[in-house]
Amino acid sequence: MIEEIGTTTEGDMIINVGPQHPATHGVLHLVITLSGETIKKVEPHLGYIHRSIEKMCESLTYRQFSYVTSRMDYLSSHINNNACALVVEQGLQVEVPERAKVVRVLVDELTRIASHELWWGAMAMDLGAFTPFFHAFRERESINDIMEETCGARLTMNYIVPGGLMQDIHPNFQKRVKHFIQLYKSKVDEYNEMVTGNIIFQNRMKGVGILSKEDAISFGCTGPTARGSGVNCDIRKLYPYEVYHKVQFDEITETGCDSFARYMVRIREMNESIKIIEQLIDNIPEGDFQAKTKAVIKLPKGEFYQRVETARGELGVYIVSEGGTTPYRIKFRSPGFSNLSALDHMARGSKLGDLVAMMGTLDLVIPDIDR
Amino acid sequence: MQNEELKIKIAELLPTAVFEEGGQWLTINVEPGEWLPFAKQLRNDDALHFDYLFCLTCIDWKTHLAMVYNLDSTKFRHNIVVKVKLSIDKPEVESVCSIWKTAEFHEREVYEMFGVNFINHPDLRLLILPDGWEGKNPIRKDFEDPINMIRL
Repeated sequence: MIEEIGTTTEGDMIINVGPQHPATHGVLHLVITLSGETIKKVEPHLGYIHRSIEKMCESLTYRQFSYVTSRMDYLSSHINNNACALVVEQGLQVEVPERAKVVRVLVDELTRIASHELWWGAMAMDLGAFTPFFHAFRERESINDIMEETCGARLTMNYIVPGGLMQDIHPNFQKRVKHFIQLYKSKVDEYNEMVTGNIIFQNRMKGVGILSKEDAISFGCTGPTARGSGVNCDIRKLYPYEVYHKVQFDEITETGCDSFARYMVRIREMNESIKIIEQLIDNIPEGDFQAKTKAVIKLPKGEFYQRVETARGELGVYIVSEGGTTPYRIKFRSPGFSNLSALDHMARGSKLGDLVAMMGTLDLVIPDIDR
Repeated sequence: MQNEELKIKIAELLPTAVFEEGGQWLTINVEPGEWLPFAKQLRNDDALHFDYLFCLTCIDWKTHLAMVYNLDSTKFRHNIVVKVKLSIDKPEVESVCSIWKTAEFHEREVYEMFGVNFINHPDLRLLILPDGWEGKNPIRKDFEDPINMIRL
């Protein structure tokens, strides 16, 4: 877009960040109006990876459509699949076996840790520290290995299906998860030593990208982005699904409202996920891993909405059914889309160099935003 | 507040509201002209306090369009759904950007995908679709693309 490069009538400079920029973590295009080095306006241009998943799902059956959602927020694909399975089960009024529910929570929480690990490594790399990326990927790799063994995939899992699970867990699952917990616990102090306590890192993060509590709610921010501003928005606590009401964990909030607060929420949240996994890993009930459902699912006429907490915030799946085998209309309320809308507000008045720190703590995944 | 209390309270605020039964949450049908003042009441009433618009979308019913607003209160944790019926030939409704800032992006998405015109929206342009897609409204049921039609 040639006309977007140049200067405005007030003499401000317009620059483009992206779509192919390493700090945008994908193909996000930002058109930034600068006065000197101060940001006056940030305008996101989306759609570089838009696949029209909502329209595509209108011609897919209720068994097929959740496979597409793994490609939305690919870092929390289990949680996306879980949301789709829950909304179909809500329409069918099917009771899922306890074993499936517990395994679902286990894989959801492992996914959350894997996602936060990747975010942490990429975040540090954005700010100029290269080594943490390798440390994060070392632990993330062992989660991927567990997933590979049980689900047969490392990224787009498609393990959670309407009615329960695709197949039973691998016999090694419990052993390997326990091994991962040990590994994680021995490394988490290393993370804090290397990055969190680092004075250069803290100076780059503190007081950067202020988002007040009222603004966070008004912009529809969710997940760690909003919890860094003190908003209680964890769907796992507020509207529990699966077995979240039976496990003990804390909803992490910080009151700093800046990038450092959002960073701390994610770091502390990983420990809460470990707590959930520890409570459940030895208590997986025996029994079926799948409820009996018909091969061709037909949802009754009506509207169904399911909210879940992904690693980035609240995901909503809204299905309008006309009684057939495919949805009449489907809407995915993705967390990244709303979180990104606050970027312009956060960035105004700060320096261009700080924009990377803000984008890093929003934890943007572009396929999730574009859908 | 429970659904029954909400129903009584909302019927007081807007006597012309039509309630829909059977959904997960209390569903209210509102006329397009009444929507903006009603939205302000929902946001600012101390007993309702709907400060979080968690989903905004549109449904194409072929004969008409329906805007769907899902509201949540971070203080009381009650939810409602508001639906606004729009004509298919000239879909127009007031923007709610001034009440919930998240509506700005969501309304831009609905504008390009369904062609709904949001009155008083600060910046109603294409967001996801590339230039040249104005007025094509690809998520509408009657949309046909001769080259890249998604049909599985």
